[in-house]
Amino acid sequence: MLKVESISKDYREFKLREISFDVREGEHFIILGPSGSGKTVLLEIIAGIISPDRGRILLRGEDITGLPPEKRNFSYIPQNYALFPHMTVFDNIAFGLKLRKIPRKEVARKVREVAESLGIDHLLHRKPRTLSGGEQQRVAIARALVVKPELLLMDEPFANLDVQTKSKLIREMKRWRKEFGFTAIHVTHSFEEALSLGDRVGIMLRGRLVQVGDVRDVFSKPKSEEVARFLGFENIIEGVANGRILKVGDLRIELPREVWGKVRVGIRPEDITIFMEGVKTSARNVFKARVEGIEDLGALVKLTLNLGGIILRAFITRSSLIELGIREGEEVYASFKASAIHVFP
Amino acid sequence: MMGRDYALYFFAALGSFLVVYIVLPIVTIFAKQALDFEMLVKTVHDPLVLEALRNSLLTATATALISLFFGVPLGYILARKDFRGKNFVQAIIDVPVVIPHSVVGIMLLVTFSNAILDSYKGIIAAMLFVSAPFAINSARDGFLAVDEKLEHVARTLGASRIRTFFSISLPMALPSIASGGIMAWARSMSEVGAILIVAYYPKTAQILVMEYFNNYGLRASRPISVMLMLISLSIFVFLRWLIGRVRE
Repeated sequence: MLKVESISKDYREFKLREISFDVREGEHFIILGPSGSGKTVLLEIIAGIISPDRGRILLRGEDITGLPPEKRNFSYIPQNYALFPHMTVFDNIAFGLKLRKIPRKEVARKVREVAESLGIDHLLHRKPRTLSGGEQQRVAIARALVVKPELLLMDEPFANLDVQTKSKLIREMKRWRKEFGFTAIHVTHSFEEALSLGDRVGIMLRGRLVQVGDVRDVFSKPKSEEVARFLGFENIIEGVANGRILKVGDLRIELPREVWGKVRVGIRPEDITIFMEGVKTSARNVFKARVEGIEDLGALVKLTLNLGGIILRAFITRSSLIELGIREGEEVYASFKASAIHVFP
Repeated sequence: MMGRDYALYFFAALGSFLVVYIVLPIVTIFAKQALDFEMLVKTVHDPLVLEALRNSLLTATATALISLFFGVPLGYILARKDFRGKNFVQAIIDVPVVIPHSVVGIMLLVTFSNAILDSYKGIIAAMLFVSAPFAINSARDGFLAVDEKLEHVARTLGASRIRTFFSISLPMALPSIASGGIMAWARSMSEVGAILIVAYYPKTAQILVMEYFNNYGLRASRPISVMLMLISLSIFVFLRWLIGRVRE
């Protein structure tokens, strides 16, 4: 649907280089990268606010690189939401509709409709500065969605919210997506957002989009050491949860809390311990695993473990490697506490 | 609690000199005029004085509006665009502040000669030269205080640049622009030097004060001064109050 072709841009301290990717209809595309990597500049180029030095942007095959923002029909939500402070919530949401010369009654109906879906219909007469962060974010989303944009551009949408509001909004975002069926490009530095909401992800490091792909693929198979180091979380497992049990193939993994349905969980390599014999402890997940690789990292050793088809990486110290006498191809037991598992909502 | 902060007391004592210095002449002239009420009544009924006051108010108001009409677009450009020579333009805008006002009058007369000599146009020309910087700089500061992201969002929602200016940037910068307009107006009301050279006639109140002083002395020029001050100050204070309320 949207095709970004070799975009380059020097803008203040940011240097974007040869950025190419495409976004499919109905997709939630995440651009993941540390701060200062140029994510916002890229988003504003797509929005038409900044023009690129080189490269093209195509919307359904049509070159829109030269179009001003108002002709693109993309909605942009900046990190600070940029609600119009001199207008009420109603007028904020109605802004785009009024520009489209929609009759007043129709505008009021649409505003009310979207405000109800987002749970802000009781705030319509208020001024933005009287709202909480979470409420402001909902207003910004309502204002963006009410015009039925081709593309929703979100810059760190949850970065300024407290943890609880954030996870609540992430959950609701999934619902709104079903309800409104939008296509989104979502810029973030949060793995949690990428794993919870993303269909595909592009990893952006120092002005380059270094890897694009399915969220799970990118997280489990980083193309370069740079990406792997940035992602940190090397063990991402996807399965079906039923309460506190996650089913992944034949494995039953105990989770730290109750979840239902398809989820992804992450375990840090340093949270996995290795035994030579199975120990029965109720609080632990213990699985038989085959050592497929041993990589020397100095004081630490990285093991590649195969747990009946699932690949996990684990760190152990060099001394315990020698003590346990672990060799490639050997059978060991891998264990991790349920509390060490991070469940991505 | 810590010991008394003597440094601050000391600074306050030094600083209050200037406050007293500004307030004292104002209070004195009002007080002295109150004792000479008869002369004040006489001046209020002097058609020459009333005509001059009217001229001052009209030209100052016209000047403020003209400086806003041209100053607001310029302020917007200065706030939003980086271009070559921007610093130079900014410096030019601040030049009128450093030129002696009699010199301003001479320059204007040399440049526009008969087109502005002794006419309303001349008064406004002189006022505009010295007051425009206030309008431009306040407008620029007002637009600078508007988060550019607001304009970006308005654009993506379908507003053209000009539409965005009128529905987002201008309303938000309005208090600052208005206070720039008031400063331009106040500066115009207080201008003498350039007007004296460019347009002695039609006579403005500022000029009349000087003429009465030269011809009839202090006692004759005092009541006009008091009236001029009363009008200027009350309009100034009222408008400032109004802006303060809008800002709330």
